[in-house]
Amino acid sequence: MTALFSLNDLRFGYTSVPVLQGLSTEIAAGEFVALIGPNGAGKSTLLKIVAGLIRGYRGHVEFSGKALTQWNSRDLARRIAFVPQETHMAFPFTATEIVLMGRLPHRTGVLTDSPRDVEWTREAMALTDTASVATKIFNQLSGGERQRVVLASALAQNPDVLLLDEPTVYLDLKHQLQFYDILERLNAERGLTIVSVTHDVNLAARYARRMIAIRSGTFVVDGRPNEVLTPQHLYDIFEIRAAVFERPDGRGTYIIPSH
Amino acid sequence: MTAARFAVAVGLCAIVCLLVLVLAPWIGSTGVTWRNVLAGVRPDRDIFFVARLPRVLFAGLVGGALATAGVLFQAILRNPLADPFTLGVSAGSSLGAFIAIWLGLETVVLGIPIVSVTAFAGALLTILLVFFIARTGGEMPTFTLILAGVTLNFVFFAVMMFIHYAADFNESYLMTRWTMGALDTADMRTVAGAAPFIIVSLLALMWIARQLNPFAAGEEWAASRGVDVRRLKTICYFIASILTGAVTAFSGPIGFVGLIVPHTMRLVLGPDHRLLIPTSFFVGSAFLVMCDTAARTMFAPTEIPVGVITALLGGPFFIGLLKRKRGNL
Repeated sequence: MTALFSLNDLRFGYTSVPVLQGLSTEIAAGEFVALIGPNGAGKSTLLKIVAGLIRGYRGHVEFSGKALTQWNSRDLARRIAFVPQETHMAFPFTATEIVLMGRLPHRTGVLTDSPRDVEWTREAMALTDTASVATKIFNQLSGGERQRVVLASALAQNPDVLLLDEPTVYLDLKHQLQFYDILERLNAERGLTIVSVTHDVNLAARYARRMIAIRSGTFVVDGRPNEVLTPQHLYDIFEIRAAVFERPDGRGTYIIPSH
Repeated sequence: MTAARFAVAVGLCAIVCLLVLVLAPWIGSTGVTWRNVLAGVRPDRDIFFVARLPRVLFAGLVGGALATAGVLFQAILRNPLADPFTLGVSAGSSLGAFIAIWLGLETVVLGIPIVSVTAFAGALLTILLVFFIARTGGEMPTFTLILAGVTLNFVFFAVMMFIHYAADFNESYLMTRWTMGALDTADMRTVAGAAPFIIVSLLALMWIARQLNPFAAGEEWAASRGVDVRRLKTICYFIASILTGAVTAFSGPIGFVGLIVPHTMRLVLGPDHRLLIPTSFFVGSAFLVMCDTAARTMFAPTEIPVGVITALLGGPFFIGLLKRKRGNL
């Protein structure tokens, strides 16, 4: 199995204070990875570096056999899509217009949207169940709708990799599940590589097939969710005591924290 | 964006603009007949070709340039309240003009008033100053950009106030008059000099207009859509600033056009920059020509400053639009 991403001794700090202190790992095509860890551990920073949004790191990051720094932003955006925690538009774009922005790296038209752009947009909106809000103003949508529209925009980029930074943090329980159901389907049916930063360990355990825990800029543990989620590991990662149980539906483990 | 929608919206705005440009020179305090004008009978011919036509065309360029600059500043600063003067260009330009007036440099060289030359120099200096102050480590964060612009605005206004205070009555009047804005300063040569630059800028902007859309969600969001954020921002900053500086050097600061026209077009057509840039140019152009026509005819033979009209006409119209389409701003 060849690595899609390969990190070798990645180090980074926004100031002189180091945030990431020597990270090395590989992520293969088709993986569904959850990145967990306490606040300030460097999860989002790592995700943004891998997305090509933060430069000036030390060490080596390779994507698809080429150093990340050698990719230009447009070529990278055709392969990697990024979904942030929350999106706010300064101007009243409609949901469809937002999704169409995902077609930008393909530069199919200067003044008009090409038929291909429109087709991809329609498909991405069907996939994320957002066709019903197509003509509505983005900022007036509910949190769940907004996040699915942004996901549709990311899918319109036709990426191989989807990087998500706490994508369900503002969503209610139903919409959290709905959102991850879509990700699971994309991963299974299209082979989309998914890396998601999340604080919801149980949600991550239910959907991801690999879990990487990070604390103070170093990897603590990396493995299948049921291997990572042990009381000892949870103490090492979050400094909490937690009980770990089997899910009644047989889909891995879940935890109950108790100090 | 379909080709039909683009063609209809931009086409309609262009036709309105053209109609206004064609009709406006015939309107004025002194009646002219098209027979006399075309036959070259004086004074009709001179009134039309020397007094009115350059002024109308210049007003069209100024209005279009300011509206376009307004769209760009609002886009790159992600701020609906930004206008062409937010980052200090007009303050720098006015300071340049004040200095020339104070030093008594009211001559005209090669058809260009010295006041306009120093005003343009002041604008250029401000543009570079803001750019270098705002740039930190190769980046140009929006926050420092706004802060640098606003701070320079204050500093320049302080210097202008000092010069104004030190100046004599006649100079002081000229300075006050400058800050009100006027469009009678241009002749055909100014128009011919400014037009190619403005048209080339507009075409360049159409090429990058689509990339400005994801800026509305932030620079990171735009970057993850493959936009070279730093380059696009720098290009837009300089085009918008130089457009503003070039026209205000001759017209003085004319407010409201650069704020109200982009908003109006956004309320009517939506925020897509592929439509917003060209339609704002044409409508801004038509709007300022109409305002200037009103300014020179309403109390004829006395003229009133065109900035008074832009605010008095534009303000209530804009408020009405806001009331009707609330929440879509």
